[in-house]
Amino acid sequence: MKGYSGFSLLRNALSGHKHWPRAWRDAVPKKHYDVVIVGAGGHGLATAYYLAKYQGIKNVAVLEKGYLGGGNSGRNTQVCRSNYFYPDSGAFYEHSLKLYENLSNEVNMNMMFSQRGVISICNSRHEMEQFRRWANAIQMNGIDSEILSPAEIKQLIPEINLDCAFPIWGGFIQKRAGIARHDAVVWGYARAASDAGVDIIQQCEVTGINTSDSRVSSLETSMGQISADRFALCAAGHSGHLAAMAGLRLPITSVALQAMVTEPVKPIFNVGLMSPRIHVYVSQSDRGEIVIGGGADIFNSYAQRGTLPIQHENMQALLELLPIFGRLRMMRQWAGICDMAPDVSPIVGQTPLENLYVSTGWGTGGYKAIPAGGDTLAYTIANKQAHPLIKPFQLARFSTGRLVDEGAASGVAH
Amino acid sequence: MLRINCPWCGTRDQNEFRNGGEATVLRPADPQSASDDEWADYLFYRNNVKGVHQERWLHSFGCRQWFIATRDTVTHEFVDTHPLPVATGLGKV
Repeated sequence: MKGYSGFSLLRNALSGHKHWPRAWRDAVPKKHYDVVIVGAGGHGLATAYYLAKYQGIKNVAVLEKGYLGGGNSGRNTQVCRSNYFYPDSGAFYEHSLKLYENLSNEVNMNMMFSQRGVISICNSRHEMEQFRRWANAIQMNGIDSEILSPAEIKQLIPEINLDCAFPIWGGFIQKRAGIARHDAVVWGYARAASDAGVDIIQQCEVTGINTSDSRVSSLETSMGQISADRFALCAAGHSGHLAAMAGLRLPITSVALQAMVTEPVKPIFNVGLMSPRIHVYVSQSDRGEIVIGGGADIFNSYAQRGTLPIQHENMQALLELLPIFGRLRMMRQWAGICDMAPDVSPIVGQTPLENLYVSTGWGTGGYKAIPAGGDTLAYTIANKQAHPLIKPFQLARFSTGRLVDEGAASGVAH
Repeated sequence: MLRINCPWCGTRDQNEFRNGGEATVLRPADPQSASDDEWADYLFYRNNVKGVHQERWLHSFGCRQWFIATRDTVTHEFVDTHPLPVATGLGKV
């Protein structure tokens, strides 16, 4: 791999951009690998990268039924933050945010990571009381958070309508939170993983999982049978569907979460904003589009589109808070299939099958967890024991009752 | 907009309904002797079917009756809706 740099940009510009090397190899699947990862989204690719780069396991394949980053990695709203309530979640997501801070250097790809601050606002007195508790808890976790008055919010977001349907009582900001370009995260990890020896195999759908003696022996795929010592499922909303092929059930329900963007405009909105109460989150991408998300559709779904009433609610909330955007036209709308766990926390680690690992339960917030999810799952697979940061997030917690109930602290109500 | 056929009220817009999850979840037959794993299975684990799925819906802004729908989770097509068997006196689900 030739590194990307100012010098390489200049050299390729002068030679007519004809000599850029391919970003990653299009690999042909081998018969056997040390580790096979299903799903070439952010989590799968990051896991492969950390396995190859830091855990010394280079004989790794990542299988993808569609194209690279074509699932939730390309469908999220790019927000990275670590303002979680419980210490377990705070430690994990803070690790992720710190990895994001150095990710451009780590994988030699510009992530356009912009720590512009993310503001959560509240729209009632009682919610404000909850927010003070939440903001304090975040500080106790050693993570930055500051309470904002309505006037301070207005100063940061001059366009905001403080007297909206549910008037704004205040909020808090995590200044180190921000957005990173999601395609770059996927491509960056793919390129660095491929360079470290990982085989990335697209258009390769897993159609069956062969097991014997509580172990997975091989996968049936559209490109033939592939065996491995260890397997990891990093398939987000399709985790349950895949697990069923191995005869497992998961505490996961798949729902569609929509997002949409307006036509691009000049920079006007330089923070991330979310309202759990009237349920919308909004930021402006580097391309100038206003990126809008909100609540999930409330029924099981594997259709990546979502329904009209939710779009309607998102728009209502947006226009209450930011009436100035009423003049913009909507350009695109889509949905990703979110893997919701009952406590809205991830499930990362070993399954009842000895050599099968899952990375699921990321729900509506998997994007911000990509670096830490990959790092900790790679450690877990390589050392055959859970990384300390994901010990609280094992599948067994649903039997022991030690849930990490982040429903409220995920930033939006589910 | 989904159009959902309530077995009591007829076809209405999805905004009038709440989804109640899988219709095939069964409470442990003998709660006193069920193990932690059996409770976890009942409370948290789901089939999460990709394809034709049996689920409960509540017509919350209508007759406020629960009913069972058979719906494809990939296409969102409703194949069938029918009343809860207990509501028609035909026994358990």
